[in-house]
Amino acid sequence: MADQLKKDNLSASAAATSVAGDSPSLGANSTSDETSAGGGTPRTPSAAETHWEKTTLQKTLEKSPERQKTFTTISGHPIRRIYTDADLAGWDATRDLGFPGEPQYTRGIHSTMHRGRLWTMRQFAGFGTAEDTNQRFRYLLAQGQTGLSTAFDLPTLMGYDSDHALSEGEVGKCGVAISSLADMEVLFDQIPLANVTTSMTINSPAAVVWAMYLAVAEKQGADWKKLSGTLQNDILKEYIAQKEYIYPPEPSMRLVIDTFEFGVKHTPKFNPISISGYHIREAGSTAIQELAFTLRDGLEYVEWGLRRGLDVDEFVPQLSFFFNAHSDFFEEIAKYRAARRIWHKAMVERYKAKSPRTWALRFHTQTAGCSLTAQQPYNNVVRTAIQALAAVLGGTQSLHTNSLDEAWALPTEFAATLALRTQQVIAHETGVTNTVDPLGGSYFVESLTNEVESGAWDYVRKIDAMGGMVAAIERSYPQREIAEASYRYQMEVDRREKIIVGVNEYVSEERALDILQIDETVARRQAVRLSKLRAERSQEAVTQHLNSLRNAAKGTENLMPFIYDAVKVYATLGEICEAMRDVFGTYEEVAIT
Amino acid sequence: MPEKKIRVLIAKPGLDGHDRGAKIIARALRDAGMEVIYTGLRQTPEMIASAAVQEDVDVIGLSILSGAHNTICPQLMNLLRAKGMDDVTVLVGGIIPGADIPALKQSGIAEIFLPGTSTQDIISFINERHAGLHPAKA
Repeated sequence: MADQLKKDNLSASAAATSVAGDSPSLGANSTSDETSAGGGTPRTPSAAETHWEKTTLQKTLEKSPERQKTFTTISGHPIRRIYTDADLAGWDATRDLGFPGEPQYTRGIHSTMHRGRLWTMRQFAGFGTAEDTNQRFRYLLAQGQTGLSTAFDLPTLMGYDSDHALSEGEVGKCGVAISSLADMEVLFDQIPLANVTTSMTINSPAAVVWAMYLAVAEKQGADWKKLSGTLQNDILKEYIAQKEYIYPPEPSMRLVIDTFEFGVKHTPKFNPISISGYHIREAGSTAIQELAFTLRDGLEYVEWGLRRGLDVDEFVPQLSFFFNAHSDFFEEIAKYRAARRIWHKAMVERYKAKSPRTWALRFHTQTAGCSLTAQQPYNNVVRTAIQALAAVLGGTQSLHTNSLDEAWALPTEFAATLALRTQQVIAHETGVTNTVDPLGGSYFVESLTNEVESGAWDYVRKIDAMGGMVAAIERSYPQREIAEASYRYQMEVDRREKIIVGVNEYVSEERALDILQIDETVARRQAVRLSKLRAERSQEAVTQHLNSLRNAAKGTENLMPFIYDAVKVYATLGEICEAMRDVFGTYEEVAIT
Repeated sequence: MPEKKIRVLIAKPGLDGHDRGAKIIARALRDAGMEVIYTGLRQTPEMIASAAVQEDVDVIGLSILSGAHNTICPQLMNLLRAKGMDDVTVLVGGIIPGADIPALKQSGIAEIFLPGTSTQDIISFINERHAGLHPAKA
């Protein structure tokens, strides 16, 4: 038994030492990673703890050993039997925990957090045609949802019109089909864009879809300066994880920075990017990898923005983040808390940012789609509720809760409503919003926050040494790390070392769910609409604006105004993306297995 | 154990880029002693059929999560037949609603593996089928 204890101690301190300090140039305000992780220094239990180990614990272990030799998070991070003050040696509550609304923002970015304002309940929706999704949007708003979030279908995400040969079989399936401004006008029909915040999950063609959104806003008479919402526009995580890229990294990054620059000037309240860990996690990463790759992506965008000549305190406050909420409750909470600390530190130390708005990391959360099971799908309601609770306790600014049927299809109205109700129950019935950061000061949560933070810094430094994230992607570094982690986890599940209820344990017969079916008439309706559009618009104006865009793409000008002009004369998404393909070429990844 | 390694083509058809499953299966089959070729993303049925002929594979594994299976699978099966690859075992893994399964099997798909399937089940299926226990359809 004593051997076992020693082993546990060793593995825990190994975890702590594997996570070393960041840069030597630490500001007065910030913590050295070594200190906050307690890393490097061996764990020294108090006399009382040692006494407990030798008496009470020892006796219990002799009678009944623990269920497993080691306990780890879902990411494989080792967890100790108990956390005490010995795990927080060198940790300083004033410095490392602080107060909400103040650096290092461990406890949240607002002083009153969810007492002041609840998070935005933002359910991701989109399927079929623009009409279908417009109806779902209006239904969700009527149910008390407080923001919109648009899912686009795969052809739209890949820059193809609904009537393109490669779109066959995919139109309206994974989201709404949007091929032109005409579709966008229908999508937001009777939804006043001046009063609603809208998130749009689109990446490679983000600038095009954003231009369509701005054109609809203009037609509605909404002031761009007051428009609020978020464009996902995070191309780096596409190369890393979700793989919906069109162009090579360099021109793609140029397009992203074009939207930053355009946004600073014209839409100061709109987030031109949502730097996303969600998809990295869904691709099978660990929590630390999700955090590290996402924040390093964030730093990459900051650096490219600075190189464009943008002011850090002018554009960075509009960069927003998007994390996953997976099932390992405390690991997730630690991840969100660590994210705020890392971002603050990086903004202060690396970029000398002066504005608290630059320092404060704002994020959206979505519960983990990859944790949902096709088997016994009603269990997914429970998983989602627990994941959502972690996001709330971690201080999220907005939240999407998945629907119980999403391992099978896009959600039915019933399932989507239940998912929204889950958030409303957490917000209004559980009492967790009554106080800010209720887990602050917990030995376990603070230790785990330190360890997750340090683990993430390790990766950040590794990627720095490679020359940044674009360089790291080109040598498949994050892709390989994620593939390794995802395979490791699958093997643990296959060996039943990690239990998934209803899948590799507690399996039972069940009846099939009623799921949402998207039929092929969507593609036909879209094709008819597109041919009508092409017949009615001024072909001359379209050709002229596409040519201007092509020429501008060859130079270094900001492409947003050119894209906007093309959108306004009803050039289609496919045509605009094709014009840029002509100049930029396309990207092919090195497939790794 | 067969002397000749079972040759498997893992393909990701359609526009979807979610390749976590495809990569896990490719690696698990390789670890189980099979010869695995992974096509990478966004393969059309034509590209998959050509690769299958070129690589002379025994098994094709398609990973489809996007709902495009009813379009992609029959197209691929027709192409394989046209190329005389009737004896290749075609498997589909991914999100396939139960209602679509009979028609896919009718079109010649040997088996459909739904979310939650262990890699061992897929390995066993392929091994048994190619050890002659499940003779290929004429």
